[in-house]
Amino acid sequence: MADRPRLAVIGAGPAGLAAALAAAASGVRVTLVDSAPQAGGQFYRQPAAGLAARRSQAPHHHRRTWRRLRTGLDRQLAAGGVTHLADHHVWCVERHTDGFTVHALLGPAQEDGVTVDADAVVLATGGYEKVLPFPGWTLPGVVTAGGAQAMLKGGLVLPGRTVVVAGTGPLLLPVATGLAAAGARVAALVESADPKTLARHARVLSALPAKLAEGAGHAARLLRHRVPVLVGHVVVEAHGGERLDAVTVAALDAGGRVRPGTRRRIACGTLAVGHGMLPHTDLAATLGCRLDGVAVRVDDEQRTDVPGVWAAGEATGVGGADLALAEGHIAGRSAAARLTGRRSEARTWAAARSRAALRAFSAALDAVYAPPAHWAERITGDTLVCRCEEVPASAVRAAVGELGAGDVRTVKLLTRAGMGWCQGRMCAPAVAALAGCPPTPAGTPFARPVPLDVLAGQGPDARTGPPLDAPDGKDSHDD
Amino acid sequence: MNAKELAGARPGPAFTVTFDGREIDALPGQTVAAALWAAGVISWRRTRGAGRPRGVFCGIGVCFDCLVTVNGRPNQRACLVPVRPGDAIRTQEGTGHDG
Repeated sequence: MADRPRLAVIGAGPAGLAAALAAAASGVRVTLVDSAPQAGGQFYRQPAAGLAARRSQAPHHHRRTWRRLRTGLDRQLAAGGVTHLADHHVWCVERHTDGFTVHALLGPAQEDGVTVDADAVVLATGGYEKVLPFPGWTLPGVVTAGGAQAMLKGGLVLPGRTVVVAGTGPLLLPVATGLAAAGARVAALVESADPKTLARHARVLSALPAKLAEGAGHAARLLRHRVPVLVGHVVVEAHGGERLDAVTVAALDAGGRVRPGTRRRIACGTLAVGHGMLPHTDLAATLGCRLDGVAVRVDDEQRTDVPGVWAAGEATGVGGADLALAEGHIAGRSAAARLTGRRSEARTWAAARSRAALRAFSAALDAVYAPPAHWAERITGDTLVCRCEEVPASAVRAAVGELGAGDVRTVKLLTRAGMGWCQGRMCAPAVAALAGCPPTPAGTPFARPVPLDVLAGQGPDARTGPPLDAPDGKDSHDD
Repeated sequence: MNAKELAGARPGPAFTVTFDGREIDALPGQTVAAALWAAGVISWRRTRGAGRPRGVFCGIGVCFDCLVTVNGRPNQRACLVPVRPGDAIRTQEGTGHDG
């Protein structure tokens, strides 16, 4: 048993779970490394164990898939095929002559480090929500749509009694219906795109009837909860002093500009807002994997161009949970085939066919739910673009217009936008738009802040010898 | 219908923590952020530049807007840290090292 090849799967969402189960079924020892206390990722996020919930709030078909994954994982955990390292926050994956070392920080405090050795790696690191700035977006009460959903799914709490859900993209529908079902008054669902244009993609849609049924189900629930839906509208400003108390919404014309005379104010304590998703690519970039735009580039078998590294799910391009499951399955089987010296025959797998249809579907969604043209023009000079470093749009515009910055990196050096705690994850799309250049990944060397004493213990001596004399004080990272 | 009823949750007994000295109830399994939301508190940090109020933004540990001081330790992400009985949660001013 001990000489079976070892695969590290980073991330226990749909892609990571599918990869881990597929690889373990092929006789590979899998270590599933994930930051959350429970498997499932953002999509299958379950109420915290201490809340002792008996019912999942997911629609029926998602519940069935989750049960299948959960049962499969439990079987593999019991059989020793998969080891699940929960509460492990991976900050770097290192490639060396013998394979890979995964470096993680333990628990919510993330002060102590641990390493996992593996022969190959599947990166299933998922994505995070993109939010484009607008006046008032830093007020308490303005949250990401996915964040409101995560707090509801995991903590069974609502951000406030009256909620506006706004932005663009298919995530807004389940967020609005989920908040309404949990007792919030959803005062409006504000979508900047016009979902009716999806009809132009009829051929792609008809290949996936389950997706259409899912959309129709959400629409019916919105109607049942009497949620007013404003398509072709945007939130132009969030109002409040110490906390949000209202938003102003307005209609867009065909060119994406605000239609005069359409502004109106909606009272609300919460604005759940999102404009799509961005892939987490830090670990892939550190390993030297080539990126396509903001996503990890993979081949038909979900291999990156770094030998021994596979990637699956949102990290390779945002496309939803079903696509992540298909890609994860392919990555797990492919990795297992290589590690055990078998041919992979990836093209014959059913998952490869569903992957193609799901990718076409997500491309159609991307075309429909793009942020409206001219959105960046609505960012006022005093709107903070970088939330961490409190950099206003006027400073970014001055760096571009007066100082000649033409890319995100130069803007960062001149203004500090992107230098704070989140390392540009929140501000990168807006900085790129204001600088007039294509968005690029943040390109940070570590995927999360790392305490200095953990870094000190990862030098060349750390793997072969005893750890360096570790200081007792653990709070060096706070300074 | 509320969220707990919807999920059929039967958590253990609530316990008490403090937020800026005021007692609030929390449930086992909740994060610090969830407990504060349940108590109607949505901001618990002041930025180090302009002193503006902040609370949860991304809710999944990416944005660092929800930083808070728990039991004297600043810069804890409220959306990730589980709440424990007796926790003393305080509004974080600036870097959390100012006073």
